[in-house]
Amino acid sequence: MSYLDNILFAILLVIGFGFFAASVKKIIRNINLGVDVDRKDNPKARWKNMALIALGQSKMVRRPVAGILHIFVYVGFVIINIELLEIIIDGLFGTHRIFAPYLGVVYDVLIASFEILAILVIFAVTVFWIRRNVIRLKRFINSDLNGFPKSDANYILYFETVLMILFLLMNASDYHLQNVPGGVFHKAGSFPISQFIAPIFNGMSNELVVLLFEVFWWLHIAGILVFMNYLYFSKHLHILLAFPNTYFANLKPEGQFDNLASVTNEVKLMMDPNADPFAAAPPADENAAPAKFGASDVQDLNWVQLLNAYTCTECGRCTSSCPANQTGKKLSPRKIMMDTRDRLTEVGKNIDANKGVFVPDNKSLLNDYITPEELWACTSCNACVEECPVNISPLSIIMDMRRYLVMEQSAAPMSLNAMMTNIENNGAPWQYSQQDRLNWKNEN
Amino acid sequence: MSESLVVPTMAEMLAEGKQPEVLFWVGCAGSFDDRAKKITKAFVRILNRTNVSFAVLGTEESCTGDPAKRAGNEFLFQMQAMMNIEVLNAYEAKKIVTACPHCFNTLKNEYPELGGNYEVIHHTEFLKSLIDDGRLTVEGGQFKGKKITFHDPCYLGRANKVYEAPRDLIQKLDVELVEMKRSKANGLCCGAGGAQMFKDAEPGNKEVNVLRTEDALEVKPDIIAAGCPFCNTMLTDGIKHEHKEGEVKVMDVAELIANAQDL
Repeated sequence: MSYLDNILFAILLVIGFGFFAASVKKIIRNINLGVDVDRKDNPKARWKNMALIALGQSKMVRRPVAGILHIFVYVGFVIINIELLEIIIDGLFGTHRIFAPYLGVVYDVLIASFEILAILVIFAVTVFWIRRNVIRLKRFINSDLNGFPKSDANYILYFETVLMILFLLMNASDYHLQNVPGGVFHKAGSFPISQFIAPIFNGMSNELVVLLFEVFWWLHIAGILVFMNYLYFSKHLHILLAFPNTYFANLKPEGQFDNLASVTNEVKLMMDPNADPFAAAPPADENAAPAKFGASDVQDLNWVQLLNAYTCTECGRCTSSCPANQTGKKLSPRKIMMDTRDRLTEVGKNIDANKGVFVPDNKSLLNDYITPEELWACTSCNACVEECPVNISPLSIIMDMRRYLVMEQSAAPMSLNAMMTNIENNGAPWQYSQQDRLNWKNEN
Repeated sequence: MSESLVVPTMAEMLAEGKQPEVLFWVGCAGSFDDRAKKITKAFVRILNRTNVSFAVLGTEESCTGDPAKRAGNEFLFQMQAMMNIEVLNAYEAKKIVTACPHCFNTLKNEYPELGGNYEVIHHTEFLKSLIDDGRLTVEGGQFKGKKITFHDPCYLGRANKVYEAPRDLIQKLDVELVEMKRSKANGLCCGAGGAQMFKDAEPGNKEVNVLRTEDALEVKPDIIAAGCPFCNTMLTDGIKHEHKEGEVKVMDVAELIANAQDL
């Protein structure tokens, strides 16, 4: 019977990590629905980006208040998760603070720093909650977040607060039990914060405090496992995906838009004086999908754009810096990312329901999620790309969808059609003759 | 205008068996837009004064394809690009300077993959290099003591990280250079990019150029300096919208330099 705890714990771990692994697998499959794009070049620059931007949070501090508070939460979570290793070993083998004897003073320092970080996390999360719900910063009450996204953001804050409180209560009861006459637990760790919480256990029987300690311990580890599995359904995936996302992000100048290779081939053929316009078309590859210009749905986007969509944590810095959004247009770069993810999730569920094959559902990212009005409001200024703390590019999705509108549907606004006709006919976006291009030289 | 402009074409240069130091890509706005033509001429006056050997393509120049590409018409863009590359490569162009950040970005970043490899620089970078090499000396002249703010064009700034060259030039004029609340990487767009110049804005509650003009007017400048013919148009319109055309001027950095030297 004495092993019941350990077995229960092992089962809990297996279930927690098992579900999580299944979610991760699904995310990877969905991301791979995107078309291929080579982002393996220049690994040195890519590692550097990941180190600076994801690990080093360099773009977060562009907005110092949120940036510094975020660093508290980020460091807190990363460091406190070291403690998780000890908790798992203790749980599996029925030990208590197994690292303490091996680490000595270092252990005291570690536990003390976890406690201080836990308090900083609670502080930061409280400020975050106030910013969202009391101060109501514009980017947090924007209509993009109506419904689940708004609750999601708060759930995450509540989760983090509860986990930190459980962690401190666990330590406080432990501290109490280490210091009762006779000492129920062996002395281990230093508790700069929870020693002040410990007096709440004064007057309780040792048995009750041991029971409470066990409750806190179990709730804390179970909470972590639940939170880990909640990631898949929430915007919080960025805690994992920020790393690959910054690694695979675009390294070229922001102004450089990709040249569509399929178009290059056709234009070259068109301009080749030796090409025979009456020649039979080259035998078509039967397996090749018909070429589609631009993107109307998630499968037309590349896998990095889909990774971007899962990574987005809906902070809204992009939207708050977007000139179109600031002037009341419908375009919101954050919504572009959220729509892409929502549609990708929908496509993924469709595949799950149809034994691994996508069955057309008469819906698409274009029109059902993102309207042409949003797409045409973009000035391609790159403010959203520059702002994103994890190098997401909403702009690349907007451009791919414009390409579809123009090249597949000829659905550009009339005035743009006129501009393009002018370029075609006289090499300028306005109706001037190319022969007049140098007239300025002689005008006064 | 005292002296007439000397503007050789690449064709004329070739006929004389010469290769200019730099090819000046004028761009559509610089060739046809009345306001932008003044910028083109100011830049040429500086080139003439400093005896820079340059040439333009003249009637052989055509749109780089930038507005077509940003509008989503990749076909038209690549057709324009390949035609221009054929012309540029036929003249063995090595170094290109342009006063338009859109042409600059497209020529610099999007042409190489299609076979057009050139050293492409923005006119503010070129003017800066003339000063650094001692070929051009600049004094404040009529601008001495004036308050000037610089609006970063998206395709020069964020897109290509050129922030300092235009500012260095302005500072040579003995002026007070003031920054708007949003500048450099945080600069706000003028509203013209991504082919917006050629269409009406979507429904909203304000025009982007008005919002940006408000940013500029907040620092109470005498002059708003720009480095892009499209930004110039948008900000000039913004100033008119605010009825400030009597007090605040919008000028290209090249015009500032040229006018300061009474060119």
